[in-house]
Amino acid sequence: MIPEIGHYALVLALILALVQTFMPLVGAARGQVSWMAVGEPAAIAQFLLCLVSFASLTWAYLVSDFSVLNVVNNSHSLKPLIYKISGVWGNHEGSMLLWVLILTLFGAAVAVFGGNLPRALRARVLSVQAGIGVGFMLFTLLTSNPFERLNPAPVDGQGLNPLLQDPGLAFHPPMLYLGYVGFSMAFSFAIAALIEGRVDPAWARWVRPWTLTAWCFLTGGIALGSWWAYYELGWGGWWFWDPVENASFMPWLAGTALLHSAIVVEKRDALKSWTILLAILTFSLSLLGTFIVRSGVLNSVHSFASDPARGVFILGFLIFVVGGSLLLYAIRAPSLKLGGLFQPMSREGALVLNNLLLATACGTVLVGTLYPLLLDAVTGEKVSVGPPFFNAVFIPLMVPLIGALAVGPLLAWKRGDLAGALQRLKFAAAFALLLAAIAFWLEGKAPLLAPLGMALFGWLVLGALIEWTERIRLFRVPLAESFARARGLPRAAWGMTVAHLGVGLVVLGITASETWQTEKLGIMRPAERVTVGPYEFVFEGARQVAGPNYTALRGRFRVERGGEFVTYLHPEQRRYPVPPMETTEAAIRPTIFSDLYAVIGESDGKGGHATRLYHKPLVSWIWIGSLVMMAGGFLSLSDRRYRVGAPVRRRGAAAQPALPQKA
Amino acid sequence: MTRKRRRLYVLIAALASLGVASALVLVAFQDNLVFFYSPSDLQTKSLPADQRIRIGGLVEAESVMREGLTTRFRVTDTAHSIAVSYTGLLPDLFREGQGVVANGKLGPGGVFIADEILAKHDENYMPPEVADAIKRTGQWKPEGSR
Repeated sequence: MIPEIGHYALVLALILALVQTFMPLVGAARGQVSWMAVGEPAAIAQFLLCLVSFASLTWAYLVSDFSVLNVVNNSHSLKPLIYKISGVWGNHEGSMLLWVLILTLFGAAVAVFGGNLPRALRARVLSVQAGIGVGFMLFTLLTSNPFERLNPAPVDGQGLNPLLQDPGLAFHPPMLYLGYVGFSMAFSFAIAALIEGRVDPAWARWVRPWTLTAWCFLTGGIALGSWWAYYELGWGGWWFWDPVENASFMPWLAGTALLHSAIVVEKRDALKSWTILLAILTFSLSLLGTFIVRSGVLNSVHSFASDPARGVFILGFLIFVVGGSLLLYAIRAPSLKLGGLFQPMSREGALVLNNLLLATACGTVLVGTLYPLLLDAVTGEKVSVGPPFFNAVFIPLMVPLIGALAVGPLLAWKRGDLAGALQRLKFAAAFALLLAAIAFWLEGKAPLLAPLGMALFGWLVLGALIEWTERIRLFRVPLAESFARARGLPRAAWGMTVAHLGVGLVVLGITASETWQTEKLGIMRPAERVTVGPYEFVFEGARQVAGPNYTALRGRFRVERGGEFVTYLHPEQRRYPVPPMETTEAAIRPTIFSDLYAVIGESDGKGGHATRLYHKPLVSWIWIGSLVMMAGGFLSLSDRRYRVGAPVRRRGAAAQPALPQKA
Repeated sequence: MTRKRRRLYVLIAALASLGVASALVLVAFQDNLVFFYSPSDLQTKSLPADQRIRIGGLVEAESVMREGLTTRFRVTDTAHSIAVSYTGLLPDLFREGQGVVANGKLGPGGVFIADEILAKHDENYMPPEVADAIKRTGQWKPEGSR
């Protein structure tokens, strides 16, 4: 009964979404307030219905209702509770339902917090948002219904892929989707602005917090996914330039660009049509990502079960949305009023450079990701584009970006003084050179990359700090006054500094772990010792152990440094009975200085075991840096000026009590 | 600065970055595109020495031999097969009869020296290249093959 309620609620939500797509849009065109007013209650009701639908599926998982096909395929009565819950979105059908839920959540947020948006704009935004919802609800209902029944019901389910039975991965999809789907807001606002033919700073003040929210979650989602790959796959790597990873990375790159160009629209009323285009492209890339992941057209290590009918549906939807919005853009963009002027050497100029480089990088990732597909379609040749390609094109584009990142914030709006900015960065330059020299002296596998990476880290981190000290005039005025200035600094300024520091930390982590890591591969017998970097690993044997829903071969390593005991590491090779599968559990001891990483393989039948041991200096900073970036984003978001839903109009406008203000 | 000048600058910058990106992509493609061959393809085509390629197929039954960290096995597309040698830890899902993809180079004596072996997360999953290669030999049995 409960799954039927869920199914029914989803159908109702679809009908409501259809109504919401047309009525407010037509109402806005004709100026009919009553039709426009349909949008808000419809959006809220739609969200509630999707919530009911999602809750029903979750219920089916919780009580292990094996008359539902989806539960049979992805759950098992013996599974720990948390994985029963995360199993809901650990499969294709459930994850689409989660997608729809989050989409309607954002729609409802506009309805609830959008009280002081211009009425017509709000109506149009809600219409576009509902239109996207129609597409995805139809997709879910027609090709991937999670509520399908199975008769007769089997006694037990087939279990969840053990690789997905992991706390990191339990939260990875919801985070990622909050990011992916969050960009739908920027998209809806962009389309609404195009229909209206008007973009102004108030528009950007609305778009920015939503884009920033989406960006924060996407950053977190990608970082979580990469962390999962690092500790769960047992290959010691954290990023593989895999199509599925690229699928989430492309919207991130475009979203980062959007975030920065929206600042220019807001502060300087310039770059409007470019920002609109970016908003369209960012969400299009999110859709493309969904297509890549869900259709299985690209060979990937993270393969989900795929179904050609789904691919065709999403491809059609993708063409409709991207084609339609670009067409609208082509028709309407020339009519947008041009905004403020600026010199190439200015804050705006620096942000344009940021956008160009990010967009270019995004383009190269797109080419590398889709090229195999294209070549296969045209010539039938099978080809793969791997990490060497991406590293070769991506790094040269990131180097100038990070180089400019320290300079940009020091330039003034409209007309900047490059010489002055560089003058103020002289300590950063000196620090960067010093780090480069140290890195060169230490040397690593990639003699050029290490000094370059370390120099970029030094330049960026010190550059961001210098910009901050300039703002609070540290050491130029009494400390108390600096402190007062720091407290008075807008949260958005704090957020920027923190986020940029985060980028620097990520660069540090990548450079150090790639350059100075030690890998030891070998067959080890009990009591054998191996030196890995500054540590010694002593193998103390392996034995069979039983876990809650698996059995495992567990190895034991004693790690010493200079004869002193450091820690024990217990890598496992697990064997799950349902579904039958083996997984590798790396044992990792992370610290802020370096990670120790051990993997154990099968026995060689003569008392030895295949082992793989790593010492990875500073690798944790990749994820700490990502967290810092995310924290910077949230800090910005807490700025009073962007408090979601409260875009204060300029005083003159706010003084007229035109509409009752809800927020 | 006039609007036209600004637009010109932005256009030049955009074209320049597009040019740089295209150049980077083309150069990188030249060195880093890895083509896929099935064991049957390798029978007929001659490859330049030292070229990195990707092969795939099923791990032939009873062909896996381990010696320390080095594993030797044969990869087949059911019509032809090729000997593969790999040193390192094999992925969890590597086993006889399963689909596998290997990256590496052809070594002396026609043995494929792999430096990376990919087996999929999902046991039901067949790498698309492998499925295609087997289809071309006419031996494809969907579903029943497991």
